[in-house]
Amino acid sequence: MRIGAISGWKNVEFLQHFGPVFTLTSMAILCGGTVGGLLLGATPGLSPTMAVALLIPFTFHMTPIHGLMLLGAAYTATVAGGAISAILLKIPGAPANIATALDGNAMAKRGEGAKALQICFISSFIGGVIGIFVLIFLTPVLAQFALGFGPSHMFWIAILGVTIIGSLDSKSVVKGLLAGAVGLWIAMIGYDSIQGVERFIFSEHLEGGVHIIAALIGLFAIPQVIEMLEGGRIRHDVEVVKVQPHSIFKAVSETISKFRAATIGSLIGVVVGLIPGAGGQIAGLVAYDQARRFSPNKERFGTGESEGVIAAETANNAMVGPSLVPLLTLSVPGSPTAAVLLGGLLIHGIFPGPNLFEQHGDVAWAFINSLLIGQFLMLIFGLYIAGWAAHVVRIPPPILASGILVLGIFGAYSVQSSYADVVVMMVLGLGMYFLSKFGFSPAPLVLGVILGPIAESNYVQGRIIAEAGDGLLAYFCTGGLNLFLIALVLASVAYSVLTEIRMRRFESNQGAIA
Amino acid sequence: MKKFALGMAALTAIAVASPLSAADYPDRPVSLMVAYSPGGATDFQARIVTMVAANEEYLGQPIVIINKPGAGGKVGWNNFASSSKTDGYELAAYNVPHFIAQSIKFKTKYSIDNLEPIANWGADPAVFVVNKDSPFNSMKDVAEYAKANPGKLTVSGAGLFVGHHIAYLQIEKALGNELKYVPHKGGAPAMKSVLGGQVMAGVNNLSDAYRSRDSLKILGIADLNRNEEFLPDVPTIKEQGFEVDDSSVNFRGVMVRKGTPQDVIDKLAAKVPEMFKNSRVAKQMKAGGSPLRVMTRDEVKAMWERRQKFLTELLAGL
Repeated sequence: MRIGAISGWKNVEFLQHFGPVFTLTSMAILCGGTVGGLLLGATPGLSPTMAVALLIPFTFHMTPIHGLMLLGAAYTATVAGGAISAILLKIPGAPANIATALDGNAMAKRGEGAKALQICFISSFIGGVIGIFVLIFLTPVLAQFALGFGPSHMFWIAILGVTIIGSLDSKSVVKGLLAGAVGLWIAMIGYDSIQGVERFIFSEHLEGGVHIIAALIGLFAIPQVIEMLEGGRIRHDVEVVKVQPHSIFKAVSETISKFRAATIGSLIGVVVGLIPGAGGQIAGLVAYDQARRFSPNKERFGTGESEGVIAAETANNAMVGPSLVPLLTLSVPGSPTAAVLLGGLLIHGIFPGPNLFEQHGDVAWAFINSLLIGQFLMLIFGLYIAGWAAHVVRIPPPILASGILVLGIFGAYSVQSSYADVVVMMVLGLGMYFLSKFGFSPAPLVLGVILGPIAESNYVQGRIIAEAGDGLLAYFCTGGLNLFLIALVLASVAYSVLTEIRMRRFESNQGAIA
Repeated sequence: MKKFALGMAALTAIAVASPLSAADYPDRPVSLMVAYSPGGATDFQARIVTMVAANEEYLGQPIVIINKPGAGGKVGWNNFASSSKTDGYELAAYNVPHFIAQSIKFKTKYSIDNLEPIANWGADPAVFVVNKDSPFNSMKDVAEYAKANPGKLTVSGAGLFVGHHIAYLQIEKALGNELKYVPHKGGAPAMKSVLGGQVMAGVNNLSDAYRSRDSLKILGIADLNRNEEFLPDVPTIKEQGFEVDDSSVNFRGVMVRKGTPQDVIDKLAAKVPEMFKNSRVAKQMKAGGSPLRVMTRDEVKAMWERRQKFLTELLAGL
């Protein structure tokens, strides 16, 4: 394997390829891609994968360099743009932004939307740039690492994700786990992707299963809409939230002062991004959970703690660069968006693989450089819109509710051009509304929907491979990486149990004092 | 959002459509349903082969791609065969052997009996691949290993009852010993597990294997002839003495629902193959490593019937 060709001193080569990026046309394309990407990202249902797929036909008529710049800038910006609707409307633009919605929206509701958005874009920038540098400098080392993940490892990673379900955004571990179980069940609906068995298909519209985006919009947006409408047409002018302007410098210093969250987020984003199949969907949530564990302000998470936003957004964007590592060096797309980008590269006759940087060095580097410049543009445009976008909270609830509903229906429909998805979204949303009255939260439920298929399909594949090899136990429970992951799972469970016990003791002590 | 606008234009146009005659067909944009997600091989090729549709010598109207993915194509095709219009403005892309195998194996609303082929644009044969570090150098080595270790040789592929699986079943039969099929969620993850050494071998698309050829050994092609364009040095599996024909080759093309007026079908059947032969289409397909094989309506019809017969026999015992 000749991926060594892009190692060593040659890495600084990227500096020589900024030429084509800094031309008038290129900058116009980059700016257009960034603004368009932010808007597409902020639209519920238009995930980065979808946005890049929609843009590919537009690159047909461009030169390869310009086409890939557009895709690179749009990818960067859509990932960050998803946070806008997550923070302002509590509708995560894509699964990656769930964790951002938890604290970001609480901040926006207090009138700190500008601050939340500024912190979010600064964190996105930090994470994004770190991710791109990992892509530039560590690709050869990490490509092999990324390929090494097999079904047994993916299974344990999914289980590691399950261990955080209980503690995510809920008051009680039991309710969190119950919600997670419902999520796992929803994920089972449809044809099982490996064996083709029918499960819980009562209507032909459920044959394809419940699409994650439809579920996401329904679970987050619909309960909010109903709650807003509960208030009726009472005039809210009196109690309108005051939107506090926030200085960008303060946002920078706040983000830097919380470097612990930023470090955790970037690290987790890079690692998760590298693992093919895990995708960015869980990077934000895992980072959020870890940042909380290491934070002295644990109890403030979920009530508008900026550390939560920082951890989630650094992780989401740090994942972008590393997720392209297996794509560019081995032609193996590591995430759904990378798979779509592969199509975009191929259509221009560029074959990713060990020889990419020798044969098409100019195009490949221009693409990577556009990802890097895209980060800067995303930061500039993001900060610019943060100030006025925050005023969304001042829209009267009945109007905001109808706006969210329209966006939600549009988003759910557009994913698969399917009206059935809109019905699914509505049903799930209505159910979630009643569940939320009993103290359940949508975040663990969605995590169940995401992790269920990963755990299941990898278990089934692992079992088939194990049958041909040394048996189930040997396949899943031996080998360094498996043991390391199992240790992490055990540590995570032990930590949750310990915290729960300590909390109980603390509460009963308080009760005794009172 | 030009695509979206076009889609809306198409929808509005459909709503106000009046009965038509083939003389002025098509007088508005035509949609093409793809049963797989955006960015996948079928979607990506469908976009390339339809990009010149608006030229006067072809349809004179653009073709808009609409994705309806889910359940390996079943969602889109079920929807197409049961509720699409038969006015010639709603086309769909087919994947053979997928949709035929599914119609035999599952209760689907589609089969070759209620669909009408228009033309074929591509044929992607399945290839048998192993990792560069694998001890296998030919299909003979694979056969010897399978004989000594029945049921131990793991082979990845994209799911059940798709081209890869059909090729696997044929190879297993020809080798005469049991192998172990490990279905994946698509061609890319299946290829990844070969490159990462999680499985010992894989059945995958020729186009994808061609792109990863530096990290792989491509041991054989499941087709009747070698692929002169991309892999002239790779022998077919048949050449190596194992009875595997072209039944698993992944054909992609355009179809309409039965009931579409004959004059519209005739017009499409005359224009669409010409569109696939356009030099810009051919150039882009080649650049993407996707083999182009243009077939006319009659040729596709015969091919569908042959596959139907073959797959009914092959899948009978499963």
